[in-house]
Amino acid sequence: MLEVRNLHVHFGVIHALKGISLTVNDGEIVTLIGANGAGKTTTLRTISGLKKPTSGEIILDGVDITNASAQERVRIGISHVPEGRRVFSNMTVLENLELGAYLRKDKEEIAKDLKKVFDLFPVLADRRKQLAGTLSGGEQQMLAIGRALMSRPKILLLDEPSMGLAPLLVQEIFNIIKDVNSNGTTVLLVEQNARMALQIAHRAYVIETGRIVLSGTGAELMESEEIKKAYLGG
Amino acid sequence: MEQLLQQIVNGISLGSIYALIALGYTMVYGIIKLINFAHCDVYMIGAYVGYVCMAKLGLGFFPSLLASMLVCTLLGVVIEKIAYKPLRNATRITALITAIGVSLFLEYTTMFFASADVRTYPPMTGFMAKTFKMGDVVISAQQILIALITVILMVLLQLIVKKTRIGKAMRAVSLDKDAAELMGIDVDSTISFTFALGSALAGAAGILVGVYYNSINPLMGVLPGLKAFVAAVFGGIGIIPGAMLGGYVIGIIEVFVAGLGYSMYRDAVVFAILILILIVRPAGLLGKNTGEKV
Repeated sequence: MLEVRNLHVHFGVIHALKGISLTVNDGEIVTLIGANGAGKTTTLRTISGLKKPTSGEIILDGVDITNASAQERVRIGISHVPEGRRVFSNMTVLENLELGAYLRKDKEEIAKDLKKVFDLFPVLADRRKQLAGTLSGGEQQMLAIGRALMSRPKILLLDEPSMGLAPLLVQEIFNIIKDVNSNGTTVLLVEQNARMALQIAHRAYVIETGRIVLSGTGAELMESEEIKKAYLGG
Repeated sequence: MEQLLQQIVNGISLGSIYALIALGYTMVYGIIKLINFAHCDVYMIGAYVGYVCMAKLGLGFFPSLLASMLVCTLLGVVIEKIAYKPLRNATRITALITAIGVSLFLEYTTMFFASADVRTYPPMTGFMAKTFKMGDVVISAQQILIALITVILMVLLQLIVKKTRIGKAMRAVSLDKDAAELMGIDVDSTISFTFALGSALAGAAGILVGVYYNSINPLMGVLPGLKAFVAAVFGGIGIIPGAMLGGYVIGIIEVFVAGLGYSMYRDAVVFAILILILIVRPAGLLGKNTGEKV
């Protein structure tokens, strides 16, 4: 489904991504793990079109989208839940979700998807009139995911969905990610919480200072000595 | 008592003008964090377009109002495209200096083509020339017109911002540009649209002032522009209802100061309010005092 080939990204003179290549197949959860500043967020931002790469290719379903606008990428099925949730704090929960479907015209289908999101996150249904900024961190994360689902994406990019959440909520969010995936949405997940990410991922890539240094199935990496030492705390 | 009511009536007229201009400042600030100092000159151009339509082409008030708003809409969009869009990722001070440059450019280009002389709008006739007396309070048809048009435009603006797709996009972009882009919102055209809306309101203000005070000149925008800016800050810059409220408050205060016999100090009082607000409540009357987001 998604293929990234030899992606290079610069911030001024800083060479942030030094030839990242990765593949996400239809129906998979793939996770990208690594330390702070390794280039995880930059990889996602480049895939969703917020950051222009210096070189390399991004291919979705056989179509080269390296030069497509962020808007175009949403239209063809990439949806990105950014780091820190970034809900529109001064707008209601409902308005946030409606904005998720901004490019869609099929009113009836949008209403169906809205219902699906409310089924997935009943708390959002209760708070639909509330300003997003007044939600708790966990609820905001749910809203951010729900909003991203409203564009009916083929692939969902998730950036640190567990950040700043209590352990119980982290578990809940990860369960939701599994649910979303089993309903047919492909997921590319970036996480610092490597243990949780590897548990639900079909495959994983490890990124270090802008390069992919290791890849394999989630289970394989869980067993790897290197990974245990560096990311799983022994 | 009559005196008080009369001053309020006059203050509402002046305040309407400030509010219309302030809306443009506040919307543009809300979306790209730029104090668009050229905005007051869009208002001036609006007054000139109205003048040409009414005095030279002999059009009625309403067609002239539409023409003013239309020309200013285009002007606002063009200014944004040429002057500000290339600076989207530049520092804020760069854009600010550019705005001052655009402002001077518009003022002196107008002076070049239309001369620096004061122009007078044709005298109003028919209903527009009427005045009404309620007790000792005199209300002119023009004052009613100003208040009415302002309210209609504000209601329209609120509807656009609250209910329409593009309005939601505007709010989303002003809250979080990146997140808006991830929704598939075209940020550039949303910014253009914001300039278009603000400039249309300034155009309306321009022609209303022309009709109300009769005389216009190429530098007429400077002082009302600054006061409208004060109004926007007073209400809370970036907040639409704040600009409306601020406009009326500043207009009424100014008229009262003049009415009490301190006409010399009317400008000073307005700017003293700016200083006071910045000291006491920098986020403005309707603004939340939040720290700078990191």
